[in-house]
Amino acid sequence: MRVINAEKIRDLIADACIKANTVLPSDVLAALKKAYALEKTALSRKLVEAIIENAGVAKKKGLAICQDTGLPALFVEIGQDVKINGNLEQALQKGVEQGYRKGYFRDSIVKDPLSRGRSGFTPAVIHYEIKPGDKLKIVVLPKGFGCENKSALKMFNPTADIKQIKDFVVEIVKKAGPDACPPYVIGVGIGGTAEFACLLAKKALLNKVTGHRSLVTKLEEKILNEINKLNIGVMGLGGKTTAIGVNILTYPTHIAGLPVAVSISCHALRRASIII
Amino acid sequence: MIRITTPLKKEEIVKLKAGEEVFLSGIIYTARDQAHKKSIPFDLEGVVIYYCAPTRTMPGQIIGACGPTTSRRMDNFTPSLLKAGLSGMIGKGNRSKEVVDAIKKQKAVYFLAYAGCGALINKYVKNKKLIAYPELGPEAIYALEVKDFPLIVAIDSQGRNIYKNGV
Repeated sequence: MRVINAEKIRDLIADACIKANTVLPSDVLAALKKAYALEKTALSRKLVEAIIENAGVAKKKGLAICQDTGLPALFVEIGQDVKINGNLEQALQKGVEQGYRKGYFRDSIVKDPLSRGRSGFTPAVIHYEIKPGDKLKIVVLPKGFGCENKSALKMFNPTADIKQIKDFVVEIVKKAGPDACPPYVIGVGIGGTAEFACLLAKKALLNKVTGHRSLVTKLEEKILNEINKLNIGVMGLGGKTTAIGVNILTYPTHIAGLPVAVSISCHALRRASIII
Repeated sequence: MIRITTPLKKEEIVKLKAGEEVFLSGIIYTARDQAHKKSIPFDLEGVVIYYCAPTRTMPGQIIGACGPTTSRRMDNFTPSLLKAGLSGMIGKGNRSKEVVDAIKKQKAVYFLAYAGCGALINKYVKNKKLIAYPELGPEAIYALEVKDFPLIVAIDSQGRNIYKNGV
């Protein structure tokens, strides 16, 4: 058993929250630069330039890339040979609180979804997975709610074809239109159960936007091409780039069904990871 | 480039066309979901509302990241505010038909700020003062003094909409 102290996890999560909110990942930045080269109109180019400049300012000044610093989602992979010394859940929540406070981020979380009340920095939403090995891996995804509000799930018949799935994803992007800060990154979860497909869709956003994977690569490319024909464009003002990436994750499913979930990310797809 | 100053005057508003880029200076007021649900507690004549809830402010700074939020969520509240004299709104994304009609009827204007660029927009804010609802935290109403805040006219006083070209 490898022992990891909860205090150490707390402090590293705090740092990861600050990094995630102030430093745009290099794959997202590279995809945006590619979009700049693709865009033809002066306005679209100017807006992509503003997005890239915004990332520069945030990094330099330590300011949040976006004022919506999200309802942070934590994806925790615990090696089965790891023993946590202390309370892991508490360490993670305290780490988020500590990082968000130190970064002067936004206290966007209301304690009760119905009565709302005064907002704070936590709780984050935490997903745990047990993996082989003796490492602890955590990814912080501070996704804003402008794009979170555009999430969707559809339970297809098992006889549905690829085209129907593709059309559904494109339709969801079309519905989001200019509202959720395009150009988007689209996470798609296919298979599993209803709630698992939603989790897969969001986890798909953790993968690099530029690195497509084997099995579903063709479908990712097809969907991306279709989406970029929608002419929603940068900040919704038309153009070639409505999305800079489509990432799909799949899982086995039931003979009676075919769940498909979509998680849309704004252009400020922020994430940071730690491995202990 | 067009330069405009708050409070907005009708004769200036009617000159603005969807798609034009403007630099806005003067006082604007942050207000979003909860402030709209409660009520905007001041005279709205000539006023511009900014759909924004900034991050916390670092020591020595005026404001944190302060970009626009999705305007559509305020659509149900907007026609009555326009009727009460509200002149302009700043946000991101499209509006409902009811809001477009009310903008046209009341000769108002809806601007876009650069979406997802809250760190960049920080530099256009020269002053910040709490006006109402401190209990709403980031969603409180603040008066922001802005200088040359770059905006795009999205829906003009004749009801022309920038998004008709794009979507």
